[in-house]
Amino acid sequence: MTALSRLSGLDSVQFALERARAAGAHSVDAVLAESDALEVRVRGKEVDTVTQSRERTLGIRVFADGPGGLRSAVTSSSDLSRDAVARLAEDTVALARATAPDPSAGLPAGGFARELPDLALFDPADRSLTPADWIALAQRAEDAARGADPRITNSEGSSASTSRTSVCYGSSAGFSGAYECASHSLYAQPVAAQNGAMQTSWWASASRTVAGLDSPEEVGRVAAQRTVAQLGATRAPTCEVPVIFDSSAARDLLGNVVGCLSGYSVYRGSSFLRGRTGQPIASERVTIVDDGRKRGGLGSKPFDGEGQPTRRNVLVERGVLRSWLLDSYSARKLGLATTGNAARHAGGAPSASPTNLWLEPGSGDLESLVRGLDRGLLVTGMLGMGFNPVTGDFSRGAHGFWIERGERIHPVQEITIAGNLGAMLTDIEALGADLHFLGAMGAPSLRVARMTLAGA
Amino acid sequence: MSSPNTPATDFGERFGIGSRELDRALGSALDGPIDHADLFFEASTHDSVSLEDGIVKSGDRHLIQGVGVRAVSGEKQGYAHADDITVEALQVAAGTARAIASGSARGGSVALRGPGVPAQNLYPVALAPTEVPVATKVALLDAIDRYARAKDPRIVQVMASVICQHRNLMVAASDGAWVADAQPLVRLNVQVIAQGAEGRREVGYQGAGGRSELAGFLEPAAWQPIVDEAVRLALVNLGARPCPAGSFDVVLGPGWPGVLLHEAIGHGLEGDFNRKGVSAFSGRIGQRVAAAGVTVVDDGTLPGRRGSLNVDDEGTPTSRTVLIEDGILVGYLHDRLNARLMGHKPTGNGRRQSYAHLPMPRMTNTFMLAGKDDPGDILRSVKNGLYAKTFGGGQVDITSGKFVFSASEAYRIVDGQLAEPLRGASLIGNGPDVLTRVSRIGHDLELDHGVGTCGKDGQSVPVGVGLPTIRVDGITVGGTER
Repeated sequence: MTALSRLSGLDSVQFALERARAAGAHSVDAVLAESDALEVRVRGKEVDTVTQSRERTLGIRVFADGPGGLRSAVTSSSDLSRDAVARLAEDTVALARATAPDPSAGLPAGGFARELPDLALFDPADRSLTPADWIALAQRAEDAARGADPRITNSEGSSASTSRTSVCYGSSAGFSGAYECASHSLYAQPVAAQNGAMQTSWWASASRTVAGLDSPEEVGRVAAQRTVAQLGATRAPTCEVPVIFDSSAARDLLGNVVGCLSGYSVYRGSSFLRGRTGQPIASERVTIVDDGRKRGGLGSKPFDGEGQPTRRNVLVERGVLRSWLLDSYSARKLGLATTGNAARHAGGAPSASPTNLWLEPGSGDLESLVRGLDRGLLVTGMLGMGFNPVTGDFSRGAHGFWIERGERIHPVQEITIAGNLGAMLTDIEALGADLHFLGAMGAPSLRVARMTLAGA
Repeated sequence: MSSPNTPATDFGERFGIGSRELDRALGSALDGPIDHADLFFEASTHDSVSLEDGIVKSGDRHLIQGVGVRAVSGEKQGYAHADDITVEALQVAAGTARAIASGSARGGSVALRGPGVPAQNLYPVALAPTEVPVATKVALLDAIDRYARAKDPRIVQVMASVICQHRNLMVAASDGAWVADAQPLVRLNVQVIAQGAEGRREVGYQGAGGRSELAGFLEPAAWQPIVDEAVRLALVNLGARPCPAGSFDVVLGPGWPGVLLHEAIGHGLEGDFNRKGVSAFSGRIGQRVAAAGVTVVDDGTLPGRRGSLNVDDEGTPTSRTVLIEDGILVGYLHDRLNARLMGHKPTGNGRRQSYAHLPMPRMTNTFMLAGKDDPGDILRSVKNGLYAKTFGGGQVDITSGKFVFSASEAYRIVDGQLAEPLRGASLIGNGPDVLTRVSRIGHDLELDHGVGTCGKDGQSVPVGVGLPTIRVDGITVGGTER
């Protein structure tokens, strides 16, 4: 029976393209993502949850002809029976015809990826690990976290997860391609108590290969150390001081910058960096790189969500803004060329997103930054969403340590740090060599010359 | 396309899943020392139409369907999900889920009661919002764009979207419960950017929504006030001054600032954190956690509200749960697992983002009951402080109790009078402490306009919040000015 036969891989992509063209699409592209995933969480000595899944999602984007430009629609479904795919393709054409013409809409005209390099996105040997193996890894992280310090009294648990994904993409512009990738991670979140007050912190490691993961003992140990270090935290007085961000807080800060480098926020006028290409926007110590072909990178892929080759783009070079993150739509809106940063989830429209993005390191390490600080704040974590990308106004919750004469005096919490991100970037006066990635983004520790701390 | 108010039989017809198949899958999942097993079926449609730069860019339509099978043994949960609703997929998933428990088999046999329909219908719709023609939504967005730009020449960008969902779900559990529900959800978003002197830009956002038909949002009388508010906010913020830093007496406006309760109190009272003993509120039932007069409830039974549900995602009818009564902590929010392990009753707060997620305790509509004070008097009572009228988002650390949230419209209060608007203000505090600082409670309880989304453990669910005007003494305000 046709109705029950399910399509797989490039077949379903090709079938969707054919049916959309047959239904009158001007042009069309489709992506199929298939993934198998397992996540286990252990708490104390017990398995807490085991979650296993198998998912396939087909996403179709159709452009329909009309006066004034192309009209577009995006749909997705996990129903891959031939009838359902045919119906979805036809519905997408009908939906596209109902929207408005957009002179910037359309597939990339050319420049498609020609070769698909091996980026070491998975290790076939990792497939031999069983759910019991993953439970054992999580248990080792949990044991390491719980056993690291007598003040660790509880936990939110430790988890291990693994997934394999295959991505097939095709477009009526003549490109088709596929790749496979894997992602594995370890996570620990212990709870420490002292004098009736509790603290929690987490640590994690993620990699394309099991061999690339930090050991579960290391993940558990660092999580415990970061948790215990916050015990006895108090507020600091309201003041203006230099602020050091450790590499994990610096990565969080970098995330606020990245949103303002997306072509979409630029053409919408909702980035405080709009119109600043070619100008200094940061201290000359600051270089920000996006590289979709970093070997083994968690953001690496041989081609982007529109079939364009991924590449290395220097976004900020020694403080000067050089490039945005662009897909073909945002590039057309800005009169530029795509940078190969189209991100495409089967269940959504393309967007311009970073691949592997990092802030280049400097010299020294976190401890040398701390030793060099006479009086100020070391931030190890931030809380809340107090960042306005339109103005750059920044005001977020923070915790970490009060520093005097190069020493950690006491942990602090329940404070905010505030400034303007533009000024903060300009005020970066030192960077560590300790570039650390979690997932696809990485940053070293850094020091901002002056921010307002609000506390007691 | 499915019709609204789909009965359970629709899942049977569409996917060939009837009581016999459900019995067998639940029996397989129960084949072991299993306390509880359930099946969660979902067939949802999400669609959105969005406008920016004066162009209705794209129509999106996403069909989400699948089944999740859960087996619970003590505190352990095994979960398997697949996007393939077939008898075979069910059996495989059931086998995977029960593998968490090893030991002697008890053998499963289930007598399902049903299929049932929820006892309450909080969101009757004749036409599902996802069935409204795209052309209608396109016309609405075009009208919004023209109206917003005509309101003020300083408006340089309008971004608007209509987001509609229709979520059909069916739950069958090993205790015989079997229920289906159809949940509509609508949200209209308007965001504008205003440009003032020297190229300075500011943003204004306003949205509205709920579990209803789209028809209620199509009339100008319904959407114009939303646009008016977004434009007003952007223009107010163009004149805003940097916010001071330090400790201030703060007046929170009614409605959306209830996000304070959500972050500072609500998450800390979710059953899972308290069963594990990792919440700053763990073991504090019966203790004072707020000033006298403060009563906070979570109520999933309000008709048409964004956070409301006929039944939660475990099939339990939603309810009104008092969390804090006259300042005393009296209740937690529960799903079935945590209620059972703590010896409490489920409160209808077991929610999940989709079939691909395990349920956990989540809020529905969380708000503080009205007091007796006049809002104007509350403002006049503050000598030197802040009035926070609207908020963006917030976040909480459950374990230490620290929370932070950001104001999107705030003013300085000087001698009981509103002074200049402030930008970049965030408030930080400690959950178990902040409500003990509430000194005045207004009589003007408002619920938010239906735009809240709550994230926990990577899962997003729609929620509501509400608050009367309140005064909080001595809260830390994070700004840039000394």
